Amino acid sequence: MERAARNETPTGDGDIDPAGTVLSVRDLKVSFALADGTVEAVRGVDFSVASGETVAIVGESGSGKSQTVMALMGLLASNGRASGEALYRGEDLLRLSPRKLNRIRGDKITMIFQEPMSSLDPLYRIGRQIAEPMIFHRGVSARAARARVLELLKLVQIPDAERRIDAYPHELSGGQRQRVMIAMALANDPDILIADEPTTALDVTIQAEMLRLLKELQERLGMAVVFITHDLGIVRRFADRVYVMQAGKVVEEGRVDAIFAAPKDAYTKMLLAAEPEGTKPPVPASAPVVLEGRGVSVSFHIGGGLFSGDPFELKAVDRITLRVRQGQTVGIVGESGSGKSTLGRALLRLIPSRGEIAFEGRDIAGLDLRRERPLRRQMQIVFQDPYGSLSPRLTVGQIVTEGLLVHEPQLGRRERERRAAEALREVQLDPAMQSRYPHEFSGGQRQRIAIARAMILKPRLVVLDEPTSALDRSVQKEIIELLRKLQRDNDLTYLFISHDLAVVRALSDWVMVMKDGKVVEEGPTEEVFAEPAQEYTRRLMAAAFLTQREGEAPAG
Amino acid sequence: MLRYVLKRMAAAIPTLFLIVTISFFLMRVAPGGPFNLERPLEAKVMENLNRIYHLDEPLWRQYLLYLSNLLHGDLGPSFVYRDFSVGDLFAAGLPVSIQLGASAMTLALFLGTILGSIAALKQNSAIDYLVVGVATFGITIPPFVVAPVLSLIFGVSLGWLPAGGWGNGAFANKILPVITLALPQIAIVARLIRGAMIEALRSDHVRTARAYGLPTRIVVMVHALRAAILPVVSYLGPAAAALLTGSIVVETIFGIPGIGRYFVQAALSRDYTLVMGTVVVVSIFVVVFNTIVDLLYAWLDPRVRYD
Repeated sequence: MERAARNETPTGDGDIDPAGTVLSVRDLKVSFALADGTVEAVRGVDFSVASGETVAIVGESGSGKSQTVMALMGLLASNGRASGEALYRGEDLLRLSPRKLNRIRGDKITMIFQEPMSSLDPLYRIGRQIAEPMIFHRGVSARAARARVLELLKLVQIPDAERRIDAYPHELSGGQRQRVMIAMALANDPDILIADEPTTALDVTIQAEMLRLLKELQERLGMAVVFITHDLGIVRRFADRVYVMQAGKVVEEGRVDAIFAAPKDAYTKMLLAAEPEGTKPPVPASAPVVLEGRGVSVSFHIGGGLFSGDPFELKAVDRITLRVRQGQTVGIVGESGSGKSTLGRALLRLIPSRGEIAFEGRDIAGLDLRRERPLRRQMQIVFQDPYGSLSPRLTVGQIVTEGLLVHEPQLGRRERERRAAEALREVQLDPAMQSRYPHEFSGGQRQRIAIARAMILKPRLVVLDEPTSALDRSVQKEIIELLRKLQRDNDLTYLFISHDLAVVRALSDWVMVMKDGKVVEEGPTEEVFAEPAQEYTRRLMAAAFLTQREGEAPAG
Repeated sequence: MLRYVLKRMAAAIPTLFLIVTISFFLMRVAPGGPFNLERPLEAKVMENLNRIYHLDEPLWRQYLLYLSNLLHGDLGPSFVYRDFSVGDLFAAGLPVSIQLGASAMTLALFLGTILGSIAALKQNSAIDYLVVGVATFGITIPPFVVAPVLSLIFGVSLGWLPAGGWGNGAFANKILPVITLALPQIAIVARLIRGAMIEALRSDHVRTARAYGLPTRIVVMVHALRAAILPVVSYLGPAAAALLTGSIVVETIFGIPGIGRYFVQAALSRDYTLVMGTVVVVSIFVVVFNTIVDLLYAWLDPRVRYD
């Protein structure tokens, strides 16, 4: 394909061939009109992409990195406005009529999104969806399109492509759907592929496969890739140049190796240092056992209805035995579907299970609701999603003190408020925030509120179900520090469930690795991370780019 | 697919049986009988009538007799329309009612979908507010108000259309009753489509379609509308029932010879067989319609398909 020569210098370090610039963005601004004024999401961004190179735009949530590319693609929400200039081969994408823009997007510039589960239309076969852009942009006949789709599915390594071409999106896994999206993006042989956090919603091992595939395809097909991500590990492995965005502006740009070796901007330095640090010393073997589970199993019965296939039993948690001592943090790691969250819930008796569960030596597996209630106070849980786990209709004060209404009903209103203030102060929030509602807070603040809700009851054991997964790295770090401090001050015991090995490594002193409902490996954190015995654990670690922590350059 | 339909029909048999049984006995619990007229009949005549219609036999025998006749497709003679069997009455009335209902349903789906889609595409514009306002109006005004008002204006005052009657199914005679029957359904369908369409237009897969440069017409018609129609399909079952109930009022006011008017008449005059016949026909209709709805839904949404 002919690459038009444009005499513009990329804003990078200048060592990219200036003749190859395909996309050049100048002073891009994006604002959203809201009921109470406008919000400036992007405040004057310049960047350029040379043909065939990989440019990463990195930043935390709210940095405007996604809105930057949404503006280029004409995909801003209806209250959004973009200004500035975005030249693609001499045509300003921001000023094109919708009809002309439609000739470029989906053909010359394509995009894959973060959400593989919802980005494909659930009502149409994937073959048709991949073919659609070809049919509309290139006027390909349906038959020729189908042949090309088959070729593409093989290219993105979908097994059994001849059959899968007629599958519906819900019949594919998340990783496969993302491959389908990539196939669709490649269909018209684009100049630029924009990938907006394409691996964030996937399991780590699948993430690694996906990145390898993208890299391979790029080398073969020679398109430029704009990679939007919050994950510096990915940037380092994948990109040639990087733009670091903060609060709608590019704060630093340059070649990836240069920036990783000598970051200049304070924010970049902070991002680079945001990998969770520290370790947790093990507790003495004489510490009392807080929670013990023996042969804990949870199974779900699937099917067996009038019109669904034969019934079978899905063993989500399969005879797991564990012992958690006072002051210990047991990390439970595994990919989605490994049963780690189910185990956490079963141990708290939030879902029915088989096997023995003892809390401080007392069997609790058979307790009825009434006798179980006093125990609830001792065993609290913090959930992954700080947006979904707080009722939007209650004030922060009400949310935090709800547990007190159940467990200490004799308390007066004033005393409850005092305790709430104390709990909020403990999680480093302003106690004056009691009367506000959850939507006024950021993700990290909400997670602090959720933690305060658990802490106000002075529990002995807290199950932390992916409490940091929905948060940016820098916020993650703060929450980890907070959890550490709370554990020290209150002699807490944690059961820490996460797929994020870096966080587990920093926070726990004992690790259990779960796969398909079983524990495949467990041991003291240091030992497991230093010398994983199982192939599965090793794969998880390689995929999580953990090698980085030692300062080695990761392979790739 | 055929297996599924047969299974569904088979599953409906116990339901039908229960409905028939309950209504049979419920009807008999009500005081009075078909021949208790204002001026009592002579005892001898009464006895004869009771014997002819097997009303003198024990209730359980009458029940078994009814069931066995029903299995043979015989709905029995009407007690009030002496010269007709229930089967005859339905043979004459059912096609009329079905025509009326089907026209109203088609009109409601067509207009409702168009209005709802336009409102969704122009969300928060004057058109949107107009559609939502008219829809609310259509739902709140009951058919027994709409029917006489329409009949008065277009039939009596303006004289454009017949004020009532069926006229052997002439097109002009159908217009007012169909509109009356369809009005609340148009409103409901428009609101359902509007809500679902707004959601669909904001969904990730529609964003994908836009990102791939598909023309707006394709994005809306192919990717958004199909998703927006799903809630309407679910609503078709209740809609069919609503049309049936609506037809009672409409057929009575416009004087249309459908089966709607039998509902009330038969129940009031204790015409046991006609009531039972109506119940059976309506139940079968509802069961069949719900099966169609399920098939349609599965055809539109692969996620709920069965093997």
